[in-house]
Amino acid sequence: MDTKRELLSLLSTDARESSEDIARQLGVDAERVEELLDELEADGTVRGYQAVVDWDNTDDQRVAAFVELNVELDRETGYEEIADRIARFSEVESLRLVSGDYDFAIEVTGDSMQDVSRFISNQIAPIPEITQTVTHFIMETYKEAGIDFGDRDGDDRLSVSP
Amino acid sequence: MTLQPNDRVADVPESGIRKFFELAEERDDVISLGVGEPDFSTPWAARSAAIHSLEEGRTSYTSNRGMSDLRRLISDYSRRWGHDYDPDTEVLVTTGASEAVDLALRTFVSPGDTVAVHQPNYISYQPGIKFAGGEPLGVPTSAADDFALTPEALRAAGAEDADLLVLCYPNNPTGAVMDESDVRAVADFCVDNEVDVIADEIYAALTYDGDHTSIASMPGMRERTIVINGFSKAYAMTGLRLGYALGPAEAIDSMNRVHQYTMLSAPTTAQYAAIEALRSCEDAVTEMTAEYNRRRRFVLSRFEEMGLECFTSRGAFYAFPECGGDDEAFAEELLEAQGVAVVPGSVFGESGEGHLRVSYATGMRELKTAMNRLEEFYRSR
Repeated sequence: MDTKRELLSLLSTDARESSEDIARQLGVDAERVEELLDELEADGTVRGYQAVVDWDNTDDQRVAAFVELNVELDRETGYEEIADRIARFSEVESLRLVSGDYDFAIEVTGDSMQDVSRFISNQIAPIPEITQTVTHFIMETYKEAGIDFGDRDGDDRLSVSP
Repeated sequence: MTLQPNDRVADVPESGIRKFFELAEERDDVISLGVGEPDFSTPWAARSAAIHSLEEGRTSYTSNRGMSDLRRLISDYSRRWGHDYDPDTEVLVTTGASEAVDLALRTFVSPGDTVAVHQPNYISYQPGIKFAGGEPLGVPTSAADDFALTPEALRAAGAEDADLLVLCYPNNPTGAVMDESDVRAVADFCVDNEVDVIADEIYAALTYDGDHTSIASMPGMRERTIVINGFSKAYAMTGLRLGYALGPAEAIDSMNRVHQYTMLSAPTTAQYAAIEALRSCEDAVTEMTAEYNRRRRFVLSRFEEMGLECFTSRGAFYAFPECGGDDEAFAEELLEAQGVAVVPGSVFGESGEGHLRVSYATGMRELKTAMNRLEEFYRSR
């Protein structure tokens, strides 16, 4: 693995590490890490750094839903144009074009189920190219961004072994 | 007196690691860098295959040598190190690499035989040699040679007359590896002096900045080498107890004679896990290896910053820094003052004195805290 690839793999596990600690793990100096980070950010490889939050552990009311969208394309309008219109809503957390029975898979968040439903019916469904929406409210999150939310702390190894 | 152990058993002292285990167990705030096994869980695909085999009721013995699918996969897997062993006659699946080491010693050591073992080394070889009736001959290695074994060291210890050599690289406790030229030199020594080799290559997959070289792939060595490997370290399967031995058909046949009367066959559930591990867990191994490598660089660079002398270990998941003087006292005080457990190097043989075995088979977060505590302790000393 080259250093850049390894840096990405490291950031994907823990993006909060200091440049010094990253440098020690990659066998380069901290300036080089900063340089690589600048490059990765500038060329759009690294798009941001976020915490993986288990919202169920907070007092916040937060509702999320996966929504399937079917669209009808015409000569003037392609997937890109439709995606661009949908992505502008801050309620839309993620937006993907997928293969299979529907076209777009989006994730929407809001303060309540009503909030999310209203957003879909008032903002998404009326977009002329959209022919159908199917909303799946998320009931429980077990794993996100590679992190298992199940609470199993399991180092049952002997503390000293040969 | 009833049930007195025989002389061979009575002659073997209790492992020095035991004492540190007990000291560390007394506290509950210990960060342990004293663990000789992976901190990862067995890749899920392998665990899942084991569970499925249990659901299907596959809990009978397998053939003595192990399931034929598994032997074929092992034979294919071993090609990466230049090996070519016939799955039907030259592969023996064992209950951990440990069983394979014991089998090899019991099969090839005759009473009074001299068995050379480089030092510092894994703690089981010397007792194993004694249980088999052999005489261990310690061959010291040193930081000056990056703890690689050299023909000079072998000669200095008088190993020309040895019947067998137990070779373990990448090494526990030092993390040392041997480059191709080092291995070639030792191979030439063995051919010239007609010394057979038991090569414990359990850490072969955990070799960083370069590839593992197996002594069995050197000219004239295949016929005099038993290669031992297993699933414990690379696939994080220690508790499943599965290893294997590779060697010329007649030698494997002889080892199987002991195996079939003592173990019958390796654990069946573990064999199912191992089949799946070899079929589909290569990516998981690559990821774990990359993670160990990052931790290795981290630990080595922290030692350098705190002024703790340490050669660049390039294998397994151990670093072997020099603490100077009484390593046992150092380790005890470190545990006492900072709650960090390491294993004193002298546990692994005299030439490990003045060193510490630091295992980085632990998460980065704990590793960072442990290194900060070690630094504080070292500077205050």
